[in-house]
Amino acid sequence: MVSLADLKKINRYEWEIPKSYRSDMRVPVRIFATRQLLEQIKGDKSLEQAVNAATLPGLVDRVVVMPDVHQGYGFPIGGVAATQLPHGIISPGAIGYDINCGVRLLGSQIEYEAVKNNLPGLADTLNRLCPSGVGKKGHLRLKIVELEKVCRTGSRWALNQGYATEADLRRTEEGGQLEGADPTRVSKRAKDRGRSQLGTLGAGNHFIEVGIVDQVFHPQAAQVMGLIEGNLTVMIHCGSRGFGHQICTDYVRDFQSAVNRYSIKLPDRELVCAPLDSPEGEAYLAAMRCAANYAFANRQVLAHYARMAFEEELAGKVSNWHLHQVYDIAHNMGKIESHKIGGRDVDVCVHRKGATRAFGPGFQELPEEYRQLGQPVLVPGSMGTASWVLVGTEESMMRSFGSTCHGAGRTMSRSKAKKSIWGEDLRKELQSKGIQIRAGSMAGLAEEAPQAYKDVDAVVETVQNAGIASKVARLRPVAVIKG
Amino acid sequence: MHHTSPFGFREISHTADWELEVWAPDLESLLEHAVRGMYHLTHLELAPQPGLTRKLEIQFSEPETLLIDFLTELIYLTESEKIGFDGFNLQIQGDRLIAILSGSKIESLAKEIKAATYHNLEVREYKDGLVANIVFDV
Repeated sequence: MVSLADLKKINRYEWEIPKSYRSDMRVPVRIFATRQLLEQIKGDKSLEQAVNAATLPGLVDRVVVMPDVHQGYGFPIGGVAATQLPHGIISPGAIGYDINCGVRLLGSQIEYEAVKNNLPGLADTLNRLCPSGVGKKGHLRLKIVELEKVCRTGSRWALNQGYATEADLRRTEEGGQLEGADPTRVSKRAKDRGRSQLGTLGAGNHFIEVGIVDQVFHPQAAQVMGLIEGNLTVMIHCGSRGFGHQICTDYVRDFQSAVNRYSIKLPDRELVCAPLDSPEGEAYLAAMRCAANYAFANRQVLAHYARMAFEEELAGKVSNWHLHQVYDIAHNMGKIESHKIGGRDVDVCVHRKGATRAFGPGFQELPEEYRQLGQPVLVPGSMGTASWVLVGTEESMMRSFGSTCHGAGRTMSRSKAKKSIWGEDLRKELQSKGIQIRAGSMAGLAEEAPQAYKDVDAVVETVQNAGIASKVARLRPVAVIKG
Repeated sequence: MHHTSPFGFREISHTADWELEVWAPDLESLLEHAVRGMYHLTHLELAPQPGLTRKLEIQFSEPETLLIDFLTELIYLTESEKIGFDGFNLQIQGDRLIAILSGSKIESLAKEIKAATYHNLEVREYKDGLVANIVFDV
């Protein structure tokens, strides 16, 4: 168990578990947290999992832990690790089963005050048009050849089918299409699962949230993003569904023997990995990119359905009911990037699991309008609390592999939440605060109660004060659709 | 370890996911109760009729891999065919599991499991049989 005495304080917002803490660590662990958040983090096994992650072969510089970190399986949720090309490893478990789980934010010119009486109807229509819930199939049934196009082209496929605009793609990480995706590396079973789930939200912590821009902190950035105080937004949180889950399952299984072939010793079997330049590593990377593209297309199709819902409910009631894309960003992903480490540029595979890319100003990867501001970062809250829009900073490039937090982060176990919170009571409580709730499962709703999460505002304050992201706007929920 | 029954399961506190402790006198029974525990966590209810059977064969080299492969197969059947099982005739013959499962269509399911993970997975022996802790990604 990592104790406070084991940690070296760097400053008020940054701590280190030195490499000397355990003999098998290859790099230290850097934690971005206040003392108060650190106390919460120590409540579960997050830091032990971060120490385990620090044993992966080929790591460079440090393993980074975000203030919203919580215990996962193998690699902590809220962790970032970079491995050097070409011989460093790639680990499916350090990216997660929900490959390219991420967040999309849509903005609008719709003033909340003008439509607040339409919110119950809007919530119903969103719930009807955006398929959600356990094992829910979507409106689409893709032939395998079509699914393989989604694998290769992601959001571009959605554009060709009329579900997107060029502006949507420009304002999506990687343009919504990762190069190097190879559907021949994906199992038949994964493809079968993917055929009927494109354009579905799923269950668990995934949601569609209608919010209001509550407060703007960075007027210039908010203006460029089209975020106006008092206006509605829509946030979509979901990933690659059963398609991505199956790809991760397949490769975690395959890599159980790969680690023996490459004589890799690990403290936890869920961290199984293979060198990036090995046949196994290359195959996983190509398959993972298929799932990433599927997830980009999934959120794009859901955004299309959300636009349909807004049109159906608000056309004729407001002059402009269009939802424009602010940004779409992954928070479970492995990306090949170049970072300055020890004063030189190094090509690395950045594993972000429950962490968001947060590139600072000046990067060619960013759309032109955001290039001088830094990349938008989308931080969803927990149904009853705020969500945040941030931008990446130069500091995040130097200290966290261009990464920052991804949400509030759980603090209460699911079993405790189930015992202490009644879903129907929670729905009524949120409703009394003016938040419309549409949920497929009251038991699932209870597990995702705001009380089960950390204070998202404290998490955001921490990344801002640590310098690894900067506040743009705070959003307040008014309607939440959950599976 | 103080289990009142020779076989069973219980949920262990986990911040983000679900952890299940499963115990049984032998490996076949451990597999069965791992599935029953998984169904319990997801609130899976089977339709009363009509019944169906399914035969599975899984080759394995160690009990941990068998446990995850078996659960993975049933997670897949839950999602893709919407079927579940309450009858388990499991036999291990050398390095093969032969499973004849009886069950029916799923009537209701409240929660979704993404995967059964290898996180700290070890099938351990104790005085009354075997025990394993399984973490499910949800």
